[in-house]
Amino acid sequence: MSVLIYAETWEGKFKKATFEAVSYGAQVAAAMQTEAFAVTLGNISDDASVLAKYGASKIINVQSESLAEFTSAHFAKAIQQVAQANGADTVIVSGTNNGKMVAPYVAVNLDAALITNVISQPESVHPLQVRRGAFSAKGLADFESTANANVLVITPNALGVKEIAASGSQETTSYNADQGLRVATVQSVDRAKGKIPLPEAELVVSAGRGMKAPENWKLIEELADTLGAATACSKPVSDIGWRPHSEHVGQTGIQINPNLYIAVGISGAIQHLAGVSASKTIVVINSDPEAPFFKAADYGIVGDAFDIVPKLTEAIKAYKAAN
Amino acid sequence: MKILVCISHVPDTTSKINFTANNTAFDTTGVQFIINPYDEFGLTRALWIKEKQGGNITAVTVGTATVEPTLRKALAIGADDAIRIDAAPTDAFYVAKQLAALVQENGYDLVICGQESIDYNGGQVPGLLGAMLNWPTVSPCVQMELTGTTATLTREIDGGKEISTAELPIVIGGKKGLVEEKDLRIPNMRGIMMARSKPLAVRPAVDADMRTKTIKFDKPAAKAAVKLIDKDDVATLVNLLHEEAKVI
Repeated sequence: MSVLIYAETWEGKFKKATFEAVSYGAQVAAAMQTEAFAVTLGNISDDASVLAKYGASKIINVQSESLAEFTSAHFAKAIQQVAQANGADTVIVSGTNNGKMVAPYVAVNLDAALITNVISQPESVHPLQVRRGAFSAKGLADFESTANANVLVITPNALGVKEIAASGSQETTSYNADQGLRVATVQSVDRAKGKIPLPEAELVVSAGRGMKAPENWKLIEELADTLGAATACSKPVSDIGWRPHSEHVGQTGIQINPNLYIAVGISGAIQHLAGVSASKTIVVINSDPEAPFFKAADYGIVGDAFDIVPKLTEAIKAYKAAN
Repeated sequence: MKILVCISHVPDTTSKINFTANNTAFDTTGVQFIINPYDEFGLTRALWIKEKQGGNITAVTVGTATVEPTLRKALAIGADDAIRIDAAPTDAFYVAKQLAALVQENGYDLVICGQESIDYNGGQVPGLLGAMLNWPTVSPCVQMELTGTTATLTREIDGGKEISTAELPIVIGGKKGLVEEKDLRIPNMRGIMMARSKPLAVRPAVDADMRTKTIKFDKPAAKAAVKLIDKDDVATLVNLLHEEAKVI
């Protein structure tokens, strides 16, 4: 038995979510008194030896033409082959969009239990018990696996990156593509350049109808740029087309758990809170002192966003200049 | 075109979440149950396909008799028939096994799930089902166009979108974008009347193991009272974010 971490790459590069998954896997392996291996799929432009810093005692790269574009089926088959070749009965995947797609296929291939939304180190390893988020951030559940093998999908930014020195020997292997696998063929990928994707943003500035018109978002963007934050919005704002759907956070949009969530002119309907209340720190700026969002906030300012947001941007600039 | 729409029976979004039986079960007292919001987008999209090119829409739920009103609602919205697979599942693997057995027996061209249910938020069933059937799964799917037996699908990826094509049959995990909120069908009186006479079959569950169990539920720690900061003193907020919250 060992622990295998899927070390996901984006256009050949690792991101923080990968390091978080590797260091989580290394800690699980330590609790199980075994080793943590990392697997990378396809061509990697980053130096994979960096994964040793986060606890990977072996880093396995799988090369195959079938892994050039993402498909759940081929990626999962390659992970399965590496898991079986290395005696791994626990597989760790970060809950990115691709991670969430590949994990169920890995679970079926390995005949394993699948636990998603994991937000804790295991409470016990035999049997495996972990805490996961549920009920759209209104509940938590301690899940126990009754299977012999497990696939855990961890919530990005919930567990943190930890440096754990390990040997990190590297090997390359090939994957014999199973041509019988039915897949969706990727035709094009469109990623916003230079923007921080919302699910992995540590800081998020979000705004709602209180901004009154789409052109007023420049105030929000200035605050976000000053902080190095991603921008988000409430559902009404994306529904009327002021902002793209991809920025909508909430029950039917994206669920996020950044370190800091600043909500400007958002009243805090329960559907909105379902997507953001797992944020570590919440700041609410609203002209209505009765806005329900204040009850879910750590810090609040009652007042006019058009007055406060520019002042806050300036105050953060001043803070950054001084530090 | 045979379409299977998988419906999850979930507590209404605005429900208070409480636990019972020593925190080992969800307390359904006073809770209104609804069609999982993500599934509603898929159901309306299925109706559009049927209206454009014909077909049959089956709504399915794995659950006890308590889920039947939710299936009736799907019938009232426009599904042609409904199947309840009789079980009390606690595990997505078990649910996916039930659905896979149904798909293998009846044969569908398209299976539409929601990207996740709003109770357990597992997001597992679409992928597990696709893996069990050796079908492609595309989730979260925000657009789907069908040309003959080829689907063109838009999926959200981290920081962008991916467009792919796949030959039917496929599984999708849908969300808003498949149709917009304003397009969602709601049951009208005629639909509700018709739903009463539409077939709702109860099917026994196939043998499958549950691979996880809930040891206990808990609620997130309550937030301390909000610290209000004067609107003319934003520098204090910046200080607190740095020194107290340690987020900047």
